[in-house]
Amino acid sequence: MPQVVIVDYGGGNVRSLTAALERCGADVEVSANPARVATAERLMVAGQGAAGAAMAALAGAGLADAVRAAANRGTPLLGVCVGLQLLFERSEEDDCACLGLIPGAVRRLEGVERLPHLGWNDVLPVAEHPLARELPAVCYFAHSYAVPAETPAAIATTEVDGTGFASVVAHGSVAGAQFHPERSSEAGRQLLIRFLTWEPA
Amino acid sequence: MLRRRIIPCLDVSGGRVVKGVEFVNLRDCGEPVDAALRYAEQGADEICWLNITAGDEAWHKLLAQVADAGTRIDVPLTVGGGVSDEPHVRDLLGAGADKVSINSAALDRPELVAECAERHGSQCIVVAIDARKGPDGTWEAVASGGRRPTGRDAVAWAIEAVERGAGELLVTSMDQDGTQAGYAIDLYTRLLDAVDVPIIASGGASGPGDIADVLEAGVSAALAASIFHDAISTVEEVKDACRARNLPMR
Repeated sequence: MPQVVIVDYGGGNVRSLTAALERCGADVEVSANPARVATAERLMVAGQGAAGAAMAALAGAGLADAVRAAANRGTPLLGVCVGLQLLFERSEEDDCACLGLIPGAVRRLEGVERLPHLGWNDVLPVAEHPLARELPAVCYFAHSYAVPAETPAAIATTEVDGTGFASVVAHGSVAGAQFHPERSSEAGRQLLIRFLTWEPA
Repeated sequence: MLRRRIIPCLDVSGGRVVKGVEFVNLRDCGEPVDAALRYAEQGADEICWLNITAGDEAWHKLLAQVADAGTRIDVPLTVGGGVSDEPHVRDLLGAGADKVSINSAALDRPELVAECAERHGSQCIVVAIDARKGPDGTWEAVASGGRRPTGRDAVAWAIEAVERGAGELLVTSMDQDGTQAGYAIDLYTRLLDAVDVPIIASGGASGPGDIADVLEAGVSAALAASIFHDAISTVEEVKDACRARNLPMR
């Protein structure tokens, strides 16, 4: 049974993400302990809310360094929604520094008629990658900020009103989904299964 | 392309799904967690769960049921009804709700919207507005499940709610609710011009054609209860009718 640790920094979605992973057959541990996070076999960073508050909560609990340490060891890591955004160098939301595990920055979606981008949208693969193998798919999004589609780490992109953004990213052992796999029905389940069996090169 | 959403709504009282006409004459429509799972399997794009019972006991029951539903369904869950302060929002999100809707408490104290949006993000704060049409054709926001007139113009309140951080509006036409007379298209047309967040239309669906009509008018999502609870249409039949009108559906 694949083991995965979800970083618990007081953000939302931890319960539904835990349940979704368990439905995929994972052995899930939710931990706020930096030592446990740093030595996880497989790691997830969930998220809801603003990037600045999430980064402050992670850093305050000693979890930002623990996540960096795990990533530096090559631990497979998946960030979800704001959890994806935290993996990059900076976010325009609250103009905050993030974990810096993937080059690039998070920006507010521009040129979109209605924000937040709320609902189900196409996730289209733009690179060969184990996490992109079940794509294209239609997944559930709830966000106003995103990483531009041109980001080198993008392995799938999504478009809304002509504005593209990265909806799945991967950089070494660090990956992220801008949509919510725990709320994306079968398509989300497929991404989680891919992550649970992913062995980064 | 962003899809339009079909949202079955569960009005929950005493732990059971109920449905009334114009917010009165409630009748029992089953167990809410089962209903949520059934609609998710039918292809619902989201489930809306509205608690219509006041009091602490009902609130604790709500949290327990939302926790159960939230871990078993794999589509988003919006929960509201009786949300009066930020800890209520925090509790519901913690239980497994993806979005929380706030209605009367936001009308009574609009700062609440900003407090919740700042803490949890606009994407999970829905302001629900119950609107009633006046003789002059304007719409008034009403509070407390339709029992309390506020004198507040519903469109003006919608604009303020968005300025204060609402990420979505769930707008029910009280005149239509449960009557199956079709959605109040004129209300949604005004709201779509006035705000730039997604709008969920609610109240009045008699069948798939009404839902297609209001989505065609430009709302992001249509919410309905009776037609699903009474098995007049399945979610998939509604989506087929919308697809036939070239609306983007999942």
